[in-house]
Amino acid sequence: MAGRKRRMRRILAAAVLLPGVLLILFPFYWMVASSVEHLAQIVRFPPELVPHPLDFASYPKGLTFLPFARYFLNTSEIAVLSTLGAVLSASVVGFAFARLHAPTKKFFFVLVLSTMMLPMAVLLIPQFVLFKTLGWVNTYLPLIVPAFFGGSAFLIFLFRQFFSSIPEEVFDAARIDGCGYPRLYWSIARPLAVPAFTAAAVFHFQFSWNDFLAPLIYINSNSKYTLALGIANFRSAYGATPWNQLMAVSLMMALVPITIFFFAQNYLLSGIVVSSR
Amino acid sequence: MDPATPLSLRRARSVRPSRQARREAFWFHVLISPWIIGFLIFMLYPIVGSAYFSFTRYDVIHPPHWVGLANYAYLFTRDQLFWKSLRVTFTYVAVAVPLHLAVALALALLLNVRIIGMRALRTIYYLPTIMPQVATAMLWLFLFAPTYGVIDWALSAAFGIHGPDWLGSAHWVLPAFILMSLWGVGGPMVLFLAALQGVPNELYEAAQLDGASAWRQFRHVTVPMISPLILFNLIVGLIAASQIFATAFVMTQGGPDYASYFYNLALYNNAFVYFKMGLASAQAWILLAIVMMLTLLIFKFSARWVFYGSER
Repeated sequence: MAGRKRRMRRILAAAVLLPGVLLILFPFYWMVASSVEHLAQIVRFPPELVPHPLDFASYPKGLTFLPFARYFLNTSEIAVLSTLGAVLSASVVGFAFARLHAPTKKFFFVLVLSTMMLPMAVLLIPQFVLFKTLGWVNTYLPLIVPAFFGGSAFLIFLFRQFFSSIPEEVFDAARIDGCGYPRLYWSIARPLAVPAFTAAAVFHFQFSWNDFLAPLIYINSNSKYTLALGIANFRSAYGATPWNQLMAVSLMMALVPITIFFFAQNYLLSGIVVSSR
Repeated sequence: MDPATPLSLRRARSVRPSRQARREAFWFHVLISPWIIGFLIFMLYPIVGSAYFSFTRYDVIHPPHWVGLANYAYLFTRDQLFWKSLRVTFTYVAVAVPLHLAVALALALLLNVRIIGMRALRTIYYLPTIMPQVATAMLWLFLFAPTYGVIDWALSAAFGIHGPDWLGSAHWVLPAFILMSLWGVGGPMVLFLAALQGVPNELYEAAQLDGASAWRQFRHVTVPMISPLILFNLIVGLIAASQIFATAFVMTQGGPDYASYFYNLALYNNAFVYFKMGLASAQAWILLAIVMMLTLLIFKFSARWVFYGSER
């Protein structure tokens, strides 16, 4: 009875999930397939489900129509530096929230969490005015520097959850040896937190790599564009819509976060789960 | 504290923290100081600043000029596009957010059985959430394309329907955005899946002994046990959906006929195209007020259906 029920559930799961997987994967497939077609094949109706013949010309064409190599370096520079700042500062702040006590701790923690609910729009305009006054418009500083001040509430929370799970005894021995708090963080907690650092770094890197609004507001000269700006600008720069080239460059941009995800997915999924508790 | 401690000593401790406690509190503040500084500069100042700007006329070049409530009055009484953007955004929120919750929960329930390849399935469903929004926008712009678009082809091949001109039609552009957003349902799904795996099996066994049907087990065991996460996904979903921007900016620019003129598009245009920073700040504060009110309402009613377990 129970066995039959369980089998029914599995059949139901497979019957819904497998077509669902096709629906999820098909857009990815279509992106790849269209990127290796000639434009004449793309606008044909009905569409060719399997492209024939294959034409790889849209990759070199698309990637050189705008200076995408330059954009790739620009985006990497921003993403790497801001990730470095976010992970370093969020781990220190998260460590303090997890392992140190102070009468004000609860107040500050609630404050950190409540910043998650703030719509971006409320901060946008005064931040722009601030960075404009500092002369930072059309530089990468507005996209990098804020990350060095705690990263984000989400990352602080992630590190706090991780550091809370380390048993107290690990710290006791060091504390008896007269180890101060900064060294407690650097020599004991930090080396134990490789999974948390990996998850946090990947999350922030993806956020920075994919970000559109901040570069749109702060970057205005072409040579400083990020990949997101370059792709968004592609159609108007081209004066038409060469779908095969657009799919090719979009795919190249997406490949970086997707590849990183595949290597780090176990750390990531546990990181997401921790953050919801 | 040990109850045997003499009362005098206890009071002494509670009044004057030990040297060790003060040292620890000192270091706590030192270590979180990067966040405090960042909060003051990049959040508190902007919050106060945008509240002030919302009462001024301000184009960044000239100093802000105080106009009192004029921006708010203009938005509410004269600005047709403001009302339009509000309607578009909250129609989208009202449909997309509950739909995401239902689909994510249904998929998580199905994925929460042991069959081969479950891990791979989970990864696949999560994949679209990793895509850069600009790339997603380009891809769906292509999928929704009229005449040679693959979605309209699939509709005609499978059902013989002549598909609508999705992004070119004022009626179909919002459904198109909702459909596209469902592609990213793997985000909340992963969280639901983790919550489902945390429900103790004994609860189901007890329910089965009482002869509870699958539906009653879902209704009276699963839903209460994962209700904190339903609340979490509801609020996160609301905040995210009310701020949709990049996809709409790339795909439609708010068109056709302002049918996809989302709130943040209107705000962005006022601020960075027309340089009406005061007006845009007022818009930002209205959005904040609406989202906060909805969140508080959800929290208030959540007391009736969210179950936090006995230990909390």
